[in-house]
Amino acid sequence: MTAMTESAIAALIVLGALFVLLGSIGLARLPDFLTRLHGPTKATTLGVGALLLASAIFFSTREGGAISLHELAILFFLFITAPVTAHLLAKAALHRQAKGPGDDPQATVTGDSLREPEQRSQAAGRKP
Amino acid sequence: MNRRLLPHPLLSLTVFLLWAVISNAASSGLLLLGGLLAFVVPLLTRPFWPAPPRLIRPWLALRFCAVFAADVFTANWRVAWRVIGPLHRLSPAFVEVPLEIHDPFLATLLASVVSLTPGTVAIDVDRQRWVMLVHALDAPDPQALVQEIKARYELPLKEMFAC
Repeated sequence: MTAMTESAIAALIVLGALFVLLGSIGLARLPDFLTRLHGPTKATTLGVGALLLASAIFFSTREGGAISLHELAILFFLFITAPVTAHLLAKAALHRQAKGPGDDPQATVTGDSLREPEQRSQAAGRKP
Repeated sequence: MNRRLLPHPLLSLTVFLLWAVISNAASSGLLLLGGLLAFVVPLLTRPFWPAPPRLIRPWLALRFCAVFAADVFTANWRVAWRVIGPLHRLSPAFVEVPLEIHDPFLATLLASVVSLTPGTVAIDVDRQRWVMLVHALDAPDPQALVQEIKARYELPLKEMFAC
């Protein structure tokens, strides 16, 4: 392993760690649920992506090691599952907000399609 | 004959590549087993798959992937600054993107791409009106965001698949 690859690996690890950290800071700092959801998407794409790339380079250039590509599979599965979790979390949040006691659905939900029909008529009845 | 034996060529390719990557296949025996899996798995799971639109321009798909990777990178930096900067300057917003793609598979693909790009999360696709609801972390101009999503992601998707 040359100094060149070593420094590339180190740079990638630092970059990945930085973005995972920034994602966590976002998760802790941002004010409400839906904005917080944006933190983890950042951490999983560039943060984990850079870490996995570093891992692939390290294990491929190791003494006597074969080319290691498991990381690509991890990245692939991460990329196809992360949007699903984000989608489910966001949808659950919207439904809970819309159904919460004393909440005005009009104020919290903007998409008409997200409300159940009976709620829509309730909201319409309450706020003509 | 081709369609009957290989109902989903892309799925077969994905299974084969995943097998090769996970097993770090160097020997021909493992590759042969991967080929067998790529052949059998789509046949066995055929009833579960909806008919996806066919990819007619693969080179556009490659370009789309490159654009997507570059966008993930730049959007990461942008959102990183927003997160550590003053929070009161953020203007989170719900944005409704009217879709021209009327296909569940492509809509899922588009929503996934939007969710993976930092700063935007796709929340819902209304299949009656074909409108995608997107939540943006910072969108001072929602209309510009709608135009960007349509031009950068929806148009290439529409062009590369026959639909």
